Amino acid sequence: MKKSRDDYLTIFFISIIGIYIFIALAFPMYAILSKSVENKDGIFIGFENYQSYFSNPALVYSIYNSLFVSIITMVITITLAFIFAYALTKSRMAGKGIFRSIAMIPILVPSLLSGISLIYLFGKQGIFRELLMGYEIYGPIGIIIAEVFYTFPHALLIIITALSIGDARLYEAAKVLRSKPIRTFFTVTLPSAKYGVISAAFVVFTLVITDFGIPKVIGGQFNVLAVDVYKQVIGQQNFEMGAVVSVVLIFPALLAFVVDRIVQRKQVAILTSRSVVHEPNKNKNFDTIMFIYCSFISVFILTIIGMCLYASLVTFWPYNLTLSLTNYQFDLMDGGGWDSYYNSIRMACYTAFFGTIVVFAGAYFVEKSRSVKTGRTILHLLSMMPMAIPGLVLGLAYIFFFNHPDNPLNFLYGTMAILVICTITHFYTVSHLTALTSLKQIDNEFEHVSSSLKQPFYKTFFKVTVPISLPAIFEIGIYFFVNAMTTVSAVVFLYSSKTNLASVAVLNMDDAGDIAPAAAMGMMIFYTNAAVRIVYVLITKKILVRFQKWRTKTTS
Amino acid sequence: MEQYLSVKNINKFFGDFQALKNVSFNVKEGEFVCILGPSGCGKTTLLRVIAGLESQSEGLINQNNKDISLLPPDQRDFGIVFQSYALFPNLSVKNNIAFGLKTRKQNKEVIDKRVDELLKLVGLSDHIDKFSSQLSGGEQQRVALARALAPSPGLLLLDEPLSALDAKVRQHLRLEIKNLQRKLGVTTIMVTHDQEEALTMADRIILMNNGVIEQEGSPQDLYSKPKTAFSANFIGTTNLFKAKKISQNSLEINGSTLECNENIEDDLLTVTIRPEDIKISQNDNEKNIFKGTIKELEFLGSNIRGHIEVNFESEKANVICNFASEYILNNNIQNNSAVSISLQPRALKIVKT
Repeated sequence: MKKSRDDYLTIFFISIIGIYIFIALAFPMYAILSKSVENKDGIFIGFENYQSYFSNPALVYSIYNSLFVSIITMVITITLAFIFAYALTKSRMAGKGIFRSIAMIPILVPSLLSGISLIYLFGKQGIFRELLMGYEIYGPIGIIIAEVFYTFPHALLIIITALSIGDARLYEAAKVLRSKPIRTFFTVTLPSAKYGVISAAFVVFTLVITDFGIPKVIGGQFNVLAVDVYKQVIGQQNFEMGAVVSVVLIFPALLAFVVDRIVQRKQVAILTSRSVVHEPNKNKNFDTIMFIYCSFISVFILTIIGMCLYASLVTFWPYNLTLSLTNYQFDLMDGGGWDSYYNSIRMACYTAFFGTIVVFAGAYFVEKSRSVKTGRTILHLLSMMPMAIPGLVLGLAYIFFFNHPDNPLNFLYGTMAILVICTITHFYTVSHLTALTSLKQIDNEFEHVSSSLKQPFYKTFFKVTVPISLPAIFEIGIYFFVNAMTTVSAVVFLYSSKTNLASVAVLNMDDAGDIAPAAAMGMMIFYTNAAVRIVYVLITKKILVRFQKWRTKTTS
Repeated sequence: MEQYLSVKNINKFFGDFQALKNVSFNVKEGEFVCILGPSGCGKTTLLRVIAGLESQSEGLINQNNKDISLLPPDQRDFGIVFQSYALFPNLSVKNNIAFGLKTRKQNKEVIDKRVDELLKLVGLSDHIDKFSSQLSGGEQQRVALARALAPSPGLLLLDEPLSALDAKVRQHLRLEIKNLQRKLGVTTIMVTHDQEEALTMADRIILMNNGVIEQEGSPQDLYSKPKTAFSANFIGTTNLFKAKKISQNSLEINGSTLECNENIEDDLLTVTIRPEDIKISQNDNEKNIFKGTIKELEFLGSNIRGHIEVNFESEKANVICNFASEYILNNNIQNNSAVSISLQPRALKIVKT
C-alpha cells in the first residue's frame, strides 16, 4: 500500500525514538560486552578475563552469595506480601487504606536506607542488638532483612493486582456448590493469582540480585556480585573485570526476565473484560487475624523508617541523644552537601518530564500506529530490555560508551544530561508497560475513524489519546521522579563533582562513617518523595476530576 | 445505474490462512449492500480491505472510476461506523461530529451549521453538549453515524453497527438507518451476521462463507431461491434432505418417492423446503403426502413451530414446519398427534451442497 503523510511521520518519529534507545541502551550494552573480552589496552583477548574471573574463588563465591540472599529474600517477601495482599483484597478488616499506604513507604526511600536503619537497630551500638542472640547484623541476615523491606511493596503491588482480578462469579459459583473456604482458596483464588505470584517472585529476585546499596552498607565481609562490580571499578579501577562481573550479573536477571515475560503472556489470557469484581464477605475471626498480621508488618516498616528519622535527629549517637538538626548540615560533610540534594531534585524533574514524553510517545507508536510493523516490534523489544539490565551494569556500560574518546557524544560525560538519560533508560520498561496498558484500554478504532475523517494522527493523539491517558501519564511521571530520587546503582558511576546526587551522597557519607548524616539525607529523599506523592494524590482527586468530567456516567 | 464501487479478485492471506478467496462484486451508486455471513467468514476483513485498514494480498478495488487499491485510508473517500462506535469519550457530541470537518479550514459558522444539520438528521439536537458516557447505546450509535456522514463521504461503511444494542432499539434503528440512507442516497456497505438485519435493510445481500461469496442477490431472491445448502440454512430456517435422482422430475428421500417441479440433473442431490411451505394435509390424494407424529410444539406467538417425525419408507426423519397458531389450537393438535403433511412439488428446491 502507498504511504500516506501519516505513515511518513510515524516512520520519522519511530526512528527518532529508536535511535534514542539505541544510543541509550543498545550501544552501551555492546560496549560493555566487548570490554569484557578486551585487555587493558583494548585488544581482543577472547575469554581470558572470564577465565581469570572463574579461577578467583573469592569472586566466584559471590555468585553463590548473591543467589543465596536473592532466593531467601524472594521466599520471605513473597510469603509476607501474599498474606498482606490477601488481607487487603479478600478481608473486610479496618484500616486497609492506611496499611496500603504504609506498605508503600519503602518505594519512597533509597534501598540502602533500610541497611542504615538496621545498623542503628541491631548494629554494634544498636538498640535491639541483643535480639540477634550473638549473630551479626553485618552479613546475610542484615542483607535479607533490608532486602525484604525494600522489595516488599514491589511484590505487594503485583500480587494485589493478581488477586483483585479474581472473578466474583467464580466465587459465587464455588459458594453455590458449597465449596469449603479452603477448597475455594486452592481452586479459585490461587490459580487466578498464580501468574501474578510467579511474576512477583521474579521481580523480587531480580531486584535483590541487582541491588548494590544494601549489601554495600550492611554486607560486611559478605560479598555479592553487585558489590563486586562496584569494588572492581571504583576500588581497583579494573574496568575489564567490572565488565566481566556485570555480564555474569546479567545472566540471572535476564533469565528471570525471560521467564517472567512468558508467564505474563499467560496471565493475559485469563483476564477477561467481563470479569466481575469480587467483594469479600465479613468474617470476624479472619478479619481480626488479618488485621493483627498487617499491623505487625506495618510496625516493622514503620520501625525501620522511624529509626532512620530518629537517628537523623539525634545529635550524636549514642552519646548525646538530644534532638537537633545537626545531621542535616550537609555542607559540613563530604558527599556534595545540600547541592547534591538540589541536583537530585533537578535530575528527578528532568527525568520525569523527558522520560514521560519519550516513554508515552514510544508506547503510542508501538500500540497504535498502523504502519512499520517491524519497526514497532523492534521498538517494543528494546523497550522491554532495560528491565533485564541491572542499574549498575547500565551505569558501567555508559562509562565505556560515552567516555570513549572517539564517541561524538563524549561531551555528555559528566553532565546532568547523562544522568537523566541513564535514569530514564533504567526505569524505561515499567513506564513503558504502564503506558501500554493504558493505551490498550483505548479503542483501536479511534485511529481508524480519524483517518477515515482525513485527520492527521497527531490531532487524534493530542485531542483524544493524551487527554484520556492523563492519569497514566501522571503515574509515569511520578514513577520516574520517585525512582530518580532514590536510585543509586544506575548513577553511581556517572555523577561528577558538579552533579553529585542525594542518593549517592547517602552512600558516600555512609562509606565515610558519617552514618547519621547519611540517614538524614535519606530522610530528605523520603520527605520529598512523600510530599510529591501526596501532591499527586491531591491533583488526581481534585484537578483531574474537573478536567475529566466526561468520565462520569451521570446524565444531566 | 453506474457501478460506484467494484471489487475484483480480492485475495487476503494471514500467514497460511486465506481469509478472502477471489472475492469480486460491484456496488451501484446509492445502493445499500449487506455483506452477510457467520463469524469468521471474512466479511469484516473484506470491509477493512475496502476501507484500506487492511491491505489485500491480491486484487483491485475501484471507487468512482478511480483505482484505490493501494491508497491508504486517509486518501480514500469513505465514512465508517464501528461496532464499538469508537466515539471519542473526552469530546462532546458536537466536537465528535465536528472532528472530521476541521481540517479544511472551514470557518466556525459553517461547521456549527453542519453539526446542527446532522444532529437534526439523526434526531439528537438536544444532546449537543453531552459526552458519550451520558448517552444510551442507540444515541451513541446515531452520533457515530452523524460523525461518519459529516464530511459527506461518497461511501458509508457500517461494521456490525447494531449488534451491541438491545433487540428493541435494534429494530428501531434498523428502519432509521435505512430511511436515512435512502434520503441521503449515500452508497452504503454494511457488514452483519444477523440475517434478519440484512433481509430488512439491504437492497442487495452478499452472502459469504469461508472467505468466498456463496450467493448474492436481493433479499427475496436469497430467501426463495437459495443456490446452496449453506444459503438455505443461513437465511431463515429450512429443512435439508439428501436425495437420489429417479427421473427428471422425481426423486427419492429415505426410500420414499417425491415429485419435484425443478429439473433434476445430478444423481445425488440436496433438496430444501422452508418450514412455512409445509402444510398439514386433509386430502391423502395430493402429491408428496407423508404421515408423521408431532414430537414438539414451540410457541412463537402468531406462529407455532412443529417438530414432526415423518415416516418415510425406509427411515424416519425430523422435519420442521411452521403453522399458524390458530390452526393448531383450533384443531387440537398436540404432542404425539398423528398428522399428514404435504411436501409440495413446487416448494422443493434443489441446492448445491
